[in-house]
Amino acid sequence: MNQAVLQIENLRVTFNTPDGEVAAVNGIDLNINTGDCVGIVGESGSGKSQMFLAVMGLLASNGAVSGSVCLMGQELIDLPVNRLQAIRGNQVAMIFQDTMTSLAPHLRIERQLSEVLEVHRGMSRTQARAKSLEMLQAVRIPEAEKRLRQYPHELSGGMRQRVMIAMALLCDPQLLIADEPTTALDVTVQADVLDLFDELRRELGVAVVMITHDLGVVADICDSVAVMYAGRVVEQGAMREIFQSPQHPYTQGLLRSTPRVDSPVATMVEIPGQPPNLLAMPEGCAFRERCAYAMDLCASQRPSLASADGRPQRSKACHLNQLEAMSR
Amino acid sequence: MFGYIVKRLLGAIPTMLLIMIAVFALIHIAPGGPFDNKRPMPAEVRANLNATYHLDEPLLVQFGYYLSGVVQGDFGPSYKFKEFTVTELIGQAFPVSLKLGISALIIALLVGVPAGMVAALKRDSLLDLVVMSTSMTGMVIPTFVLAPIMVMVFGVHLKWLPVAGWNHGALPNMVMPVIALSLPYVAYVARMTRGSTLEVLRSNYIRTAQAKGLPMRLVLFRHALKPALLPVVSFLGPAIAGIVVGSVVIERIFGLPGLGRYFVDGAINRDYTLVMGVSIFYAALLLLMNIVVDVAYTFLDPRVKLK
Repeated sequence: MNQAVLQIENLRVTFNTPDGEVAAVNGIDLNINTGDCVGIVGESGSGKSQMFLAVMGLLASNGAVSGSVCLMGQELIDLPVNRLQAIRGNQVAMIFQDTMTSLAPHLRIERQLSEVLEVHRGMSRTQARAKSLEMLQAVRIPEAEKRLRQYPHELSGGMRQRVMIAMALLCDPQLLIADEPTTALDVTVQADVLDLFDELRRELGVAVVMITHDLGVVADICDSVAVMYAGRVVEQGAMREIFQSPQHPYTQGLLRSTPRVDSPVATMVEIPGQPPNLLAMPEGCAFRERCAYAMDLCASQRPSLASADGRPQRSKACHLNQLEAMSR
Repeated sequence: MFGYIVKRLLGAIPTMLLIMIAVFALIHIAPGGPFDNKRPMPAEVRANLNATYHLDEPLLVQFGYYLSGVVQGDFGPSYKFKEFTVTELIGQAFPVSLKLGISALIIALLVGVPAGMVAALKRDSLLDLVVMSTSMTGMVIPTFVLAPIMVMVFGVHLKWLPVAGWNHGALPNMVMPVIALSLPYVAYVARMTRGSTLEVLRSNYIRTAQAKGLPMRLVLFRHALKPALLPVVSFLGPAIAGIVVGSVVIERIFGLPGLGRYFVDGAINRDYTLVMGVSIFYAALLLLMNIVVDVAYTFLDPRVKLK
């Protein structure tokens, strides 16, 4: 029943920059099954977006990928561009953050939606139009008929994000990658869009990857979470467990620095320091210099991602064994 | 849209008036007059001529006469080509300049846009380098240097093309003038297209188009082409102006019977009405072209609304 949709193995993404080679993603393994909703959490520069741009084959021209990315059993790395084009927008779709610039300003909504169906499904213009209209209604866009004739700048931010979602779902993809889909929206619209995500993924059975730095978004709709730091996954597990008992000091820091309305304690604690420079990654644990529990071992040896609590679903990359005990 | 065009046309009237005043003042400030010949003419004859053309009256009155003529569509008689009115002369010469200018503009777009796009798509390749260095060369060599060299090489030495002359706009006669006139604009358009294409290709909506799995052809022609052409379209206004001015030089070098020739001859001969007529015509043409370009812009970018 839980078939693997996406299997990422030892994925590395490097960029050739004038200052040297930068590893934005540094050996990540991740499995996503049908119906999963996985949150990928991390701060800016942690590699979370680059990792999935690599999955889509959309890295900047100075980027390079190694490792393995299997979508429905098909290896995507080093697939010729024309084969990749047949998969993008069809089996796997991606939604971007800034809808004002991510939609073509000079094309009508209808054109931008129907071209996906014309290319992947070989539909005629009229068929594609009908299906596009249906999809706009499915994402609850008011006056869908009128919207088809409009340009992106004539729609509100929330509506544009709905158009993006509709566009991504046109070909019933098995995997939907959403890169900070709600970041540019105001809070009430954010909640609406997240509800829509939740509803659609249950209805359509599409696996969702939610890339975000907002733990609130994760708490709202994700089943499981992978926390990324400096190009690596540092903690992974079911959403509830991660929130209730974070095991990695970085995850703890993230949770403590997030305001919560349901908790009586109103103090927020920031994580001291800055993420490491990807050009000059320190030896050992990348989080060591910001970590209150750093030990000698952390400086010499990088902790690998291993199951925590003896359960395969739950893993962390930290030398500390009994972190909960110390975190009071 | 219609209202906008009417508004712009009405707005052009004060501009035209200012241009007329300026040209009228400048040509009358210039020493000498239309009837100063090497051979002195009898005083009575000169007085008669001056009276016929109202040249003996105050400048303001002269301008008044001229303006009332222009409003009725009469640019007056040419002082030098006495058997023609200025309107007739412009009517004869304009088709030549128009053919020359439009050909140069078409070449500039037809060569410049694809060259710039290819350079952008093959960025940092040898092709890019060739296109960019050629265009840099094209931009820095002035027309009045390039044209005589072309005449020397292709006209005098190789004898492939006629040295000068219009010959009713025969193709061999057009080749050199059009190339010389268009070259700087080919270069400019190519550089501009390259820059804007690179910028568009980096934009988020191109990434979206690729994420949708569209074939490269669609990504380029449907999603990238129009936005990449926007700067080129707004450049067309100044480009038309430049080509009009440039054609004055080109027509002189190649001895073409276009407007530019009358402009220069008129100025040298102090043919007041001819200079005024041609200047007003040039000015009106430019104002009109700028309106056309602004209207064309709305077809490329739906975010631009004309008010």
